[in-house]
Amino acid sequence: MEWKHVDGEDRGKVNFFALSTCIWCRKTKALLNRLGVDYYYIDVDLVTGDDVDKVRDEMGRWNPMLSFPTIIIDDDKVIIGYREQELKEALGYGDK
Amino acid sequence: MGINKEDIEKLYEEKKVEAESSGYKLNPDVDFTLGLMEGLLINEKRYGYQSCPCRLASGKIEEDQDIICPCDYRDADVAQYGSCYCGLYVSQEIANGDAQIQPIPERRGENEEHKGVDSSFSSSLSLPVWRCKVCGYLCARQQPPEACPICKAKKEKFERFM
Repeated sequence: MEWKHVDGEDRGKVNFFALSTCIWCRKTKALLNRLGVDYYYIDVDLVTGDDVDKVRDEMGRWNPMLSFPTIIIDDDKVIIGYREQELKEALGYGDK
Repeated sequence: MGINKEDIEKLYEEKKVEAESSGYKLNPDVDFTLGLMEGLLINEKRYGYQSCPCRLASGKIEEDQDIICPCDYRDADVAQYGSCYCGLYVSQEIANGDAQIQPIPERRGENEEHKGVDSSFSSSLSLPVWRCKVCGYLCARQQPPEACPICKAKKEKFERFM
């Protein structure tokens, strides 16, 4: 199970469960990239083999509905769905 | 997973005609909607059917039947939130630009209805009644139609209603 790292400004640990086909996930990636924040993401639909159950279990701990996008900040705050303002505020970019 | 531009645009045109001929509206943001078409075509290529690009498919058609676009939840979500889950189908209000799309909660799994629970039906009817799970269209005939004449959903989307 391989998380992809996008290098950027450290605003805490940002883990993002995505789908490669999901348009709202694409918008979330674009937003994170625009903000220049450091984050990790995984395209859950591209996971194969034994990792399929692993990633579903891991994601299910945060969002049992397994809906996308799901972003976890500092292993604590969970943001489900593309919520631009909420995400910006949680990452300390409320004024951007 | 390369999908060519012509196929994306072709599907968009098909979906648009289909939607408008049966009383639905596609998202007026064309770039956004083309992105959804690409997702549908990627899913068709890898799973064999156009499951919702914004949902995690199992890859088993019997488990994913309810999320094949147009999904079983479209009408309820458009009615309640103004758009379907992925944002492809929208209300008149959003189509006109009078309201914005908002993130909507996942309705799937809310009840077990989509699993096609079978129970006993009245035998006093001369014909069984079939209900299109996508749009609610009802018809009395031996078998459901090949495609819903209202929303064009496939035969598999029908359930025995009475």
